[in-house]
Amino acid sequence: MSAAEEVVTEAPAVEAVPKRAMTLGYGTSLVVLAALILTPLFVKNFIIFQMTMLLIYGLAVLALNILTGGSGQFSLGQSAFYAIGAYTTAILMEHFNVNYALTLPVAGVVCFGAGFLFGQPALRLSGIYLALATFALALAMPQLLKLGFLEHWTGGVQGLVVTKPDAPFGLPLSQDMWLYYFTLAVSIGIYVASVNLLRSRSGRALMSIRDNEIAASAMGVNVALYKTLAFGVSAGITGIAGGLGAIAVQFVAPDGYTITLAISLFVGMVVGGVGWLPGSIVGSAFIIFVPNIAEGISKGLSGAVFGVLLFLVIYLVPHGARQVALIAQQLAAKLKKN
Amino acid sequence: MELFANQVLAGIATGAIYACMALAVVMIYQAIDHLNFAQGEMAMFSTFMSWQMMQWGVPYWWAFILTVILSFAGGILIERLLFKPLAKAPVLTNVAGFIALFAIVNSVAGLIWDFTIKQYPTPFGSSPFLGSQLISTHQAGMVGVTLLLLAGLYFFFQFTRIGLAMRAAASLPESARLVGINTSWMIALGWGMAAAIGAIAGMLIAPVVFLEPNMMGGVLIYGFASAVLGGLSSPLGAVIGGFLVGVFENLAGTYIPGVGNELKLPIALALIITVLVVKPAGLFGRPIVKRV
Amino acid sequence: MPFKLRTAVLSAAVVACAVASGSAFAQKTYDTGASDTEIKIGNIIPYSGPASAYGSIGKTEAAYFRMINDRGGINGRKVNFITYDDAYSPPKAVEQVRKLVESDEVLVVFNPLGTPSNTAIQKYLNSKKIPQLFVATGATKWNDPKNFPWTIGWQPSYQSEAQIYAKWLMKEKPDAKVAILYQNDDFGKDYLKGTKDGLGAKGASMIILEESYEISEPTIDSHIVKIKAANPDVLLIYATPKFAAQTIKKTAELGWKPLQIVANVSISVGSVMQPAGFDNAQGVLSAAYAKDGSDQQWNNDPGMKKWNEFLDKYMPGADKTESALVYGYGAAQTLAKVLEMCGDNLTRANVMKQAASLKDFTPDTLLPGVKINTSATDFAPISQLQMMRFKGQKWELFGEIISGDVPAD
Repeated sequence: MSAAEEVVTEAPAVEAVPKRAMTLGYGTSLVVLAALILTPLFVKNFIIFQMTMLLIYGLAVLALNILTGGSGQFSLGQSAFYAIGAYTTAILMEHFNVNYALTLPVAGVVCFGAGFLFGQPALRLSGIYLALATFALALAMPQLLKLGFLEHWTGGVQGLVVTKPDAPFGLPLSQDMWLYYFTLAVSIGIYVASVNLLRSRSGRALMSIRDNEIAASAMGVNVALYKTLAFGVSAGITGIAGGLGAIAVQFVAPDGYTITLAISLFVGMVVGGVGWLPGSIVGSAFIIFVPNIAEGISKGLSGAVFGVLLFLVIYLVPHGARQVALIAQQLAAKLKKN
Repeated sequence: MELFANQVLAGIATGAIYACMALAVVMIYQAIDHLNFAQGEMAMFSTFMSWQMMQWGVPYWWAFILTVILSFAGGILIERLLFKPLAKAPVLTNVAGFIALFAIVNSVAGLIWDFTIKQYPTPFGSSPFLGSQLISTHQAGMVGVTLLLLAGLYFFFQFTRIGLAMRAAASLPESARLVGINTSWMIALGWGMAAAIGAIAGMLIAPVVFLEPNMMGGVLIYGFASAVLGGLSSPLGAVIGGFLVGVFENLAGTYIPGVGNELKLPIALALIITVLVVKPAGLFGRPIVKRV
Repeated sequence: MPFKLRTAVLSAAVVACAVASGSAFAQKTYDTGASDTEIKIGNIIPYSGPASAYGSIGKTEAAYFRMINDRGGINGRKVNFITYDDAYSPPKAVEQVRKLVESDEVLVVFNPLGTPSNTAIQKYLNSKKIPQLFVATGATKWNDPKNFPWTIGWQPSYQSEAQIYAKWLMKEKPDAKVAILYQNDDFGKDYLKGTKDGLGAKGASMIILEESYEISEPTIDSHIVKIKAANPDVLLIYATPKFAAQTIKKTAELGWKPLQIVANVSISVGSVMQPAGFDNAQGVLSAAYAKDGSDQQWNNDPGMKKWNEFLDKYMPGADKTESALVYGYGAAQTLAKVLEMCGDNLTRANVMKQAASLKDFTPDTLLPGVKINTSATDFAPISQLQMMRFKGQKWELFGEIISGDVPAD
């Protein structure tokens, strides 16, 4: 092939999202919050468990959204950070008898470190190359967890069984319900912090990198620092989600954190709308419930039905749930005028 | 020393598998500027089609040719039906589309042909090649076909009008349109060619790894890695990348004490990432200069 | 324990009803999931994802219970077999099992597949006192009635099978140099441990190389080259079908003929030996507890005839070389037997009690002489195997039926 240098004007991988469109309005937020708080009081424990998982995967999708939607970096390796978080929590709880709530910040910090370190070489990579690097990380993680010399801590191929915590202070709540409200509190905290992060000076710096890296650096944004920080923050949140996941499922094993999980989280982000934080929970609902629906339609072809449903969603709303929200908003505005 | 030589030879034999797949990866990258995650599954499906034809009594080479033609048509059809409507959608939405296609093809193949492994014939035989038991005639044949494909692709991209047009359409779509190239059909053609090359790769790989719906899972990852290592814009780089990955992986598994064997793949991938950090466009890729 | 309370109320209500109507069937007792007309059975198995090959087991079991229902059900009750996809992922397994228990309200969870998935649901099911019946994995830990009285295995454990090979080697080839190729997961590691335990301190020096491979590798040629360089006389292949077939084929291509022993999961004539090449597979050893649907020596076997008739009628077009079809049939038949033994006392405790009192039960698909026996202290239903050697196009059984129970750690 010719040695001529190729000059391209690279289209941004992610479209710019106006800052104000990143969240829901106050009214809608309150309705959603009320639904999340009240629903568990009226449903079976199994549904509460599913809602807990919904929040947990929602957090992981949110973390990916901060990375991709915020700084324009692409990752297919989130399952690796999720696994590190899950194992950190499991090992602290089972080997060191640390209280479950205290393990989460540790999981977050450990993953922040891992993400920040991984972000260093990733700095030099973009687009497809970064996708491959993160993909490699996700592939390697289950194998690393199985390594012989870590087996004493990780339980090797057998994994670790985690004890589910009871409600504290003698609260009359079932384990499932307590864990749900605990997860909800953590999720709301992280959501609010993330929104504020993206609206802050750092958030603006990140988004300027996403929209045009060269222009951003010309304006004095420390591109390298912000990009690695984005990786760190995203990994940290994913790690907390992983820790919560380990407590909810009561078990960690290499088979739970394969590349399939990373791909699911990615699909969740696209379905929810890249860069639109409230969409994370919609994406999370998609990756939890749509496989169940697909299976209900056909056992033998559940994979195919899932694929077809995913195609339908991306045809109808290529920008995911964000697009639905925008359309709804416009409709509401029209109705108000009339 | 004998073990070293043997592992290198075995690595070249396995590398031929990766190289084959990497060519298909480069082909699609040239056309759409992206990696297609469903490419391995499409190749698997093509291979199953050829197997089915042979079960119905079609001789090997006829089945081979028919499959390549059908795959070419199928690739174009998939692009026209499924991905053309997404042309204006964000890139990440397209990637989700590839994932959906992966799920569909895998699941349908499993339903039609079951998940048991099937023997797949080879036209080259499987006796030792040139007296070396480490490389069978099939594997030698595979290396030969890969090199032929490579030569063909080189000629196509370098000297034919369509090949040049396709390159133009992929790298500078706007300018290509201005000089009268139908970029939309160039993409479809790229899909067709990638599907056809994938089919050839699948039919060459199946005798070694056996035919089953999940046969390409591992191969595609290596194919990606090889293509990225060699440089996604260079067919020659992809082939060299394939052989390098095959050999390096074997040597890492044999000689790195302790974790070498368990972490063959991660070590190989880590090396590739190291190479990319030093040479971001791969070993043989064209450097890309960004403009504000 | 709200659950216990509910059961008590429920049974009290049933008794009250029975007394009120003055019925003679006052001894009928039910837990959630059973009634006069129906028994609800739950199951999880991977129908999607990389382990979807195992989905055939679930499909066979569903078909088996359709057959049972067509014949009038079990003691007049239809079996409602509810099976969900867990995609071989522990989190999904927990979600689906909770759905089975709390939403579908099944009586028992039957034949859930895979060591990771079963480990993930074991604590939950035991704390709820719901039978985790005849799990589809060969880890030894399912035979632990003291700590997990609601979990029971089905197939012979991987470790006990590996011990049989080790003992055979000690006896027949005491001077052999042994290399082990194993899959780097719970399945492979269990075989490795069984082999080492079986060889003991005395035989430990026989093992000259332990080589593991990852399931994501496209080919395992490089491992075989490495093993050959160490020049062992015996190669133990603890691999799943695709990799076992690759190993047998590759060793033959290298012109190398060690004595090969292959794990029981990879003995299908149609889907391992034939793809590997019959010529290459001559003399390979293994051990079995069930008949192989693609082995012609069972063409006239009465049990396998029934199996064939069942497939022709309820699963037309199924690939009979799949060992999953034999497996699912045998497991489903065992469950049907247990439910039959329960009579009208369909409580979870009684199901567990009956599952632990199987005496010399022989499903149609087990090898002649292999019997299912369980007791309050023995939760390993099948623990017998017979060794066999591949010759021509079929397996030839040899030696006695060997019993090899390994207690859980």
